[in-house]
Amino acid sequence: MPVEVLMPALSPTMETGKLAKWMVKEGDSIAAGDVIAEIETDKATMEVETVDDGVVGRILIDAGAEDVPVGTPIALVLSEGESADDLAAECAKPAPAPPAKPAEEAGDKADKKDKAPKAAARTPAPAAMSAVKDPDIPSGTEMTDMTVREALRDAMAEEMRRDGDVFVMGEEVAEYQGAYKVTQGLLEEFGARRVIDTPITEHGFTGLGVGAAFAGLKPIVEFMTFNFAMQAIDQIINSAAKTHYMSGGLVNCPIVFRGANGAAARVAAQHSQNFASWYAHVPGLKVVAPYSAADAKGLLKAAIRDPNPVIFLESEILYGHSFDVPRLDDYVVPIGKAKILREGTDVTLAGYSYAVVYMLEAAELLAEQGISAEVIDLRSLRPLDVETIVASVKKTNRLVAVEESWPVCGIGAELAALMMEHAFDHLDAPVMRVTGRDVPMPYAANLEKLALPSAADVVEAAKAVCYR
Amino acid sequence: MAASKPAGKSSAVKTSKRSKKSAPVMTPEEELSAYREMLMIRRFEEKAGQLYGMGLIGGFCHLYIGQEAVVIGMQMALEEGDQLVTSYRDHGHMLAAGMDPKEIMAELAGKQGGSSRGKGGSMHMFSPEKGFYGGHGIVGAQVPLGAGLAFANQYRGNDRVSVTYFGEGAANQGQVYETFNMAALWNLPVIFVIENNRYAMGTSVTRAAAGAEELFNRGSAYGIQGEQVNGMNVREVREAGARAAALCRAGKGPYILEMRTYRYRGHSMSDPAKYRTREEVQKMRSESDPIDQAREWLLGSGYATEDSLKQIDKEIRGIVNEAAEFAQIDREPDSSELYTDIYVEETAHAG
Repeated sequence: MPVEVLMPALSPTMETGKLAKWMVKEGDSIAAGDVIAEIETDKATMEVETVDDGVVGRILIDAGAEDVPVGTPIALVLSEGESADDLAAECAKPAPAPPAKPAEEAGDKADKKDKAPKAAARTPAPAAMSAVKDPDIPSGTEMTDMTVREALRDAMAEEMRRDGDVFVMGEEVAEYQGAYKVTQGLLEEFGARRVIDTPITEHGFTGLGVGAAFAGLKPIVEFMTFNFAMQAIDQIINSAAKTHYMSGGLVNCPIVFRGANGAAARVAAQHSQNFASWYAHVPGLKVVAPYSAADAKGLLKAAIRDPNPVIFLESEILYGHSFDVPRLDDYVVPIGKAKILREGTDVTLAGYSYAVVYMLEAAELLAEQGISAEVIDLRSLRPLDVETIVASVKKTNRLVAVEESWPVCGIGAELAALMMEHAFDHLDAPVMRVTGRDVPMPYAANLEKLALPSAADVVEAAKAVCYR
Repeated sequence: MAASKPAGKSSAVKTSKRSKKSAPVMTPEEELSAYREMLMIRRFEEKAGQLYGMGLIGGFCHLYIGQEAVVIGMQMALEEGDQLVTSYRDHGHMLAAGMDPKEIMAELAGKQGGSSRGKGGSMHMFSPEKGFYGGHGIVGAQVPLGAGLAFANQYRGNDRVSVTYFGEGAANQGQVYETFNMAALWNLPVIFVIENNRYAMGTSVTRAAAGAEELFNRGSAYGIQGEQVNGMNVREVREAGARAAALCRAGKGPYILEMRTYRYRGHSMSDPAKYRTREEVQKMRSESDPIDQAREWLLGSGYATEDSLKQIDKEIRGIVNEAAEFAQIDREPDSSELYTDIYVEETAHAG
């Protein structure tokens, strides 16, 4: 029976890719280890090697095909002793379906427990929430469809064109074009003086960046992920955050620390931590965690211009997702302002980064059940836009705080405390938190799914505070 | 206690490939200036110790007494615009950089007129104007920061040099080697000055450092040249510093200078100093004191007289007393200072 060659995944988060090129044609003999094709995502290009010996019997997906789901058969290989007749038999069978996309059916708790979906299922629903007008964007502004990854790159490129003191440094940011391709093209435009590959020494290069910022340069330090920044957290907190205060205002530190933060997919405990509340705890730091591409762009530009150290937390899962980004010459989103993504009257949902995906899905499901949810993307965690959250709670009288981080001492805990202080008399129910579970992130797909919050959890919490 | 001999007093101590030349040329004015500035540090630190004992200075207070030749010699080798950064034993560096003794003493006392308006204290003072970038309380943290200053110089294409001071204790920190690697890889114009005063708090260098006698070699794996210097002799320090600075300015940095020095006082004011003998300290003071050496040279060569040196001493005591007086009468920072300088352009408070 001919062997199926399946569309491989380049990374744990890849869902689809482009079959860029076939290196073999039907009838070619191949041996294990031969490169038979090239596939591409927006992030990377990889060669596909065969693990089988035989003859290429049939090519099922043509070169140039876009958005081929991972796991789709792309070719059939005939083993020794097989012939084209076997192919015919194979093709007579029903075409193999791409692996079922595990539905994140929010209302269905059983689904969560019983299935072991691929982590790649963490696909946000398209952000169709244009119901609320964005006050940051002039009406009539033309929009461009852009991924978060491209938006981040454009923000850096625009600021580097604008200010010669801005440079980017980190592991694989230059010649490799970024471990997650966020710095793609920057080396070509700005050269090795301003796009700097560092050794794998977070503590050292973070301190070096802080020293350069003390001297007045404006470094963007990329952490491949914030998990690795724990090696450097002393320099971030003791040197970057505190020096302005300790110097009585004589020295400041205009630096941006950016990179992927929080759960990606199937990378287990050491590579999945959300550090939002760690950094938001620290006076002297600003902390932002955008969800959409427009905010990623506008907030990163603001962060680069900010004279203070800014922690810029990105979501690896969102890198590849597209949003409308205003086509403006200089789109800057001020740090410290939350954004109401959907207006509602019955309950306020407030969260940041990937949690916004759960909130938007939940709001949709709640609407079907007659509950009107207001969705607030916090965007900035320090300073927090307390005013916007309180105003919303005064209207809805209920708050559900949503995040992927652990619950203890998290952003949700902070929101709950703030509501006690600022909106106690307006609350009709206790503030509830929807968070990641209080466990190190497990590797197994089913356990990982259990460890993360879901839209269903948000729906459940929202109904609870509405006494429904 | 052979290990505690300073480099200059022991013919057995290995120095780098560079042979020690004859006594470096210093003009009489420079000799006098070095003497004066070292004495300034000495008297300032003695006064700080006294004020600490009176309860006017709180917290930690790490005195530089004994090590004066290191920072003064280095500073004489630098040019306007060069930068320096160091650890928490920083009073001497600030004086050497030209900061006002009054604002340093007031900062020690936690007063409004302190250089950080009372918010930094002994370990955290800064003066970008004088090229002084702290004053850092975490052992070793200033090393990548100093390399960052050098990076900025290289980025801007100026020929400034960053002098990054750290102790022999900090020389065991991992981030020092991360920094050596990058500094060598990128040829950063940074002079790493290891102030080897032989004790990391209470642990002697031989108990904490492998290869304790050759710390200047710690960059050899990265191809960083280094040499050992008698840090008790201001002329030898100055000569080595000038050589290192010239190399850095010529794009041949980084460079390591291991200064063999000695602190007479405890690690901090609260150190009972049980880890070394009184005799050891006394021997260093009587045989290797940097200020006595300078004094003897000045008197021996006829560039100064007992009277002229007495006059200098009197002037310095005057400056130090004035600083101490200011620190005592100056007011504490206004309570509103609690919330200033957290951010540049204050943002709305988070709650």
